[in-house]
Amino acid sequence: MKPYVAVDHVDVIFDTKNGPFQALANVSASIAKGEFVSIIGHSGCGKSTVLNLIAGLLDPTTGCVLLEDREIKGPGPERAVVFQNHSLLPWLTVFGNVYLAVERVFGVNETKPALAERTDKAIEMVGLSHARDKRPNEISGGMKQRVGIARALAMEPKVLLMDEPFGALDALTRAHLQDELMRITGDLGSTVLMVTHDVDEAVLLSDRIIMMTNGPAATVGEILDVKLPRPRNRLVLAEDARYVHLRGEVLRFLYEKHMHPAVSVARVACNGTRYSPGTPATPQDSAALHPAQ
Amino acid sequence: MNTEVVSINSMALPAGNSAGVNQLRQPVASRAAAHEANSPKIDTGSAKPNSGQRAGKLLNGAFSTVMPPVLGLLLLVVVWAFVAQTTEYLPSPAKTWLSALEIFGDPFYDRGLNDKGIGWQLWASLKRVFEGFGLAALIGIPLGFMVGRFDALQRMMNPVISLLRPVSPLAWLPIGLAVFKAADPSAIFVIFITSIWPMVINTSLGVASVPQDYLNVARVLKLSEWKVFTKILLPASLPYVVTGIKLALGIAWLVIVAAEMLTGGVGIGFWIWDEWNNLNMAHIIVAIFVVGTVGLILEQSMAWVANRFDYRKN
Repeated sequence: MKPYVAVDHVDVIFDTKNGPFQALANVSASIAKGEFVSIIGHSGCGKSTVLNLIAGLLDPTTGCVLLEDREIKGPGPERAVVFQNHSLLPWLTVFGNVYLAVERVFGVNETKPALAERTDKAIEMVGLSHARDKRPNEISGGMKQRVGIARALAMEPKVLLMDEPFGALDALTRAHLQDELMRITGDLGSTVLMVTHDVDEAVLLSDRIIMMTNGPAATVGEILDVKLPRPRNRLVLAEDARYVHLRGEVLRFLYEKHMHPAVSVARVACNGTRYSPGTPATPQDSAALHPAQ
Repeated sequence: MNTEVVSINSMALPAGNSAGVNQLRQPVASRAAAHEANSPKIDTGSAKPNSGQRAGKLLNGAFSTVMPPVLGLLLLVVVWAFVAQTTEYLPSPAKTWLSALEIFGDPFYDRGLNDKGIGWQLWASLKRVFEGFGLAALIGIPLGFMVGRFDALQRMMNPVISLLRPVSPLAWLPIGLAVFKAADPSAIFVIFITSIWPMVINTSLGVASVPQDYLNVARVLKLSEWKVFTKILLPASLPYVVTGIKLALGIAWLVIVAAEMLTGGVGIGFWIWDEWNNLNMAHIIVAIFVVGTVGLILEQSMAWVANRFDYRKN
């Protein structure tokens, strides 16, 4: 499969008051066109850092990030981001928030009525037509997140980046939005990268799950293919043996292999190397860091 | 002048704004409740059966709203009357009241340069305040935006602001007199130089504290600098800017009385000084109440404007 988005041997080192902090070490990953990929890991493992790299909000210290074989330099509307805290502008209405994005992307070629129509279509897609003229503080958290999704999708991005989009929502709202996201991205054939810490969310939505080891110097631990047929139904899947197995795999990774961040740090420090799939094995890499592999 | 210096120092705090930011995160319902609690407790009388009881409650509510301030003012008058008894130079409240009636009986008389009604005196002072303050806003707010937006400029301006801000307003007066060689522009200059700092500081603080989330949205959308300004920076920092304007106006009104005492001419400050030379204490006390009332009106109208422009409150 030809990679559409590629993260290639990326290190990210932040300068902090206490000296350099290595957030990511030798991370390589790829997303094919039309694929839904999740990144899962414990908090602080640099999941969001990977997403910010692709968004262009952050530059890699070494290595490079590519979209359609071109290096990503800075943010841009072809890589729309749905932020965890929705990031709607509180002084604009639902329409205004989406319109701002639509105008930026299509404003050069299209007339105002056409832009408004696009905006309304995006709002309708997430089922918020009735709240079109409300301000963010007048709608619920779930609705705000829908506006965030509508804003991102209205830009017709090449890649949709979602940073724990449903993290702040209650379980029922979350399930509802997951179903809707599945339907919409399925209809549009979107390429999606989603950061999450919710195992069910990852297995239900993804074609592949990238599981990250604990930070500092986090890297890709394992990659899990989710070959469940679409469209998926959470009720049916809940009793599907394959689903249960995949879910178990992710849980095992998170809770058995990478339960204790401190242990992981010690290992990296002792061996002076990190495991990462997809890179040619160096002599050090063969050190038995991950016996399971 | 000590009290003025203190008030100028304390203005660096974005008064009321840090609380405002927290308010942003409150659930809508509780904010609505808070809003209701803030609005006047006058019920327009929805159709309820027991109207007698309601009217009683209404009266009771009005009573408990009006009573404490009235008691406070009454206490002030009592203390004043008591102190007035002990010294022959301080006029009693009653005498001052009569004097006030006389002054306000003809506020706009004009008997030459040195004998004008209190209306003219007030008008002259307000005009100076708004000229100096307007000029300060015209320069201070854009400067604040740039200082807040560009880190290098912030570091450049910080020592200048820190050095000039604590200077007592009247220390600027000789500079003004030397440069402008006239009293009136000097007074306006003093207003300008003392009221510019809260606007620069608050505006830059407002711009610097625009949430990173909003700026990330701007970055992902690759908005032009103009769009970033009109769609994000301006609305996000407007509450801070208005707070700065409010503080500046308060300081300007505080300073004008002192400045006019020194520069002379028409104006409420010099009028007070003039009445002191006439040993007319009753007029001075009336002037104090007038200055206080005008300050209160300025403050309240700015608070209204501040509410109007706060995106968190509408």
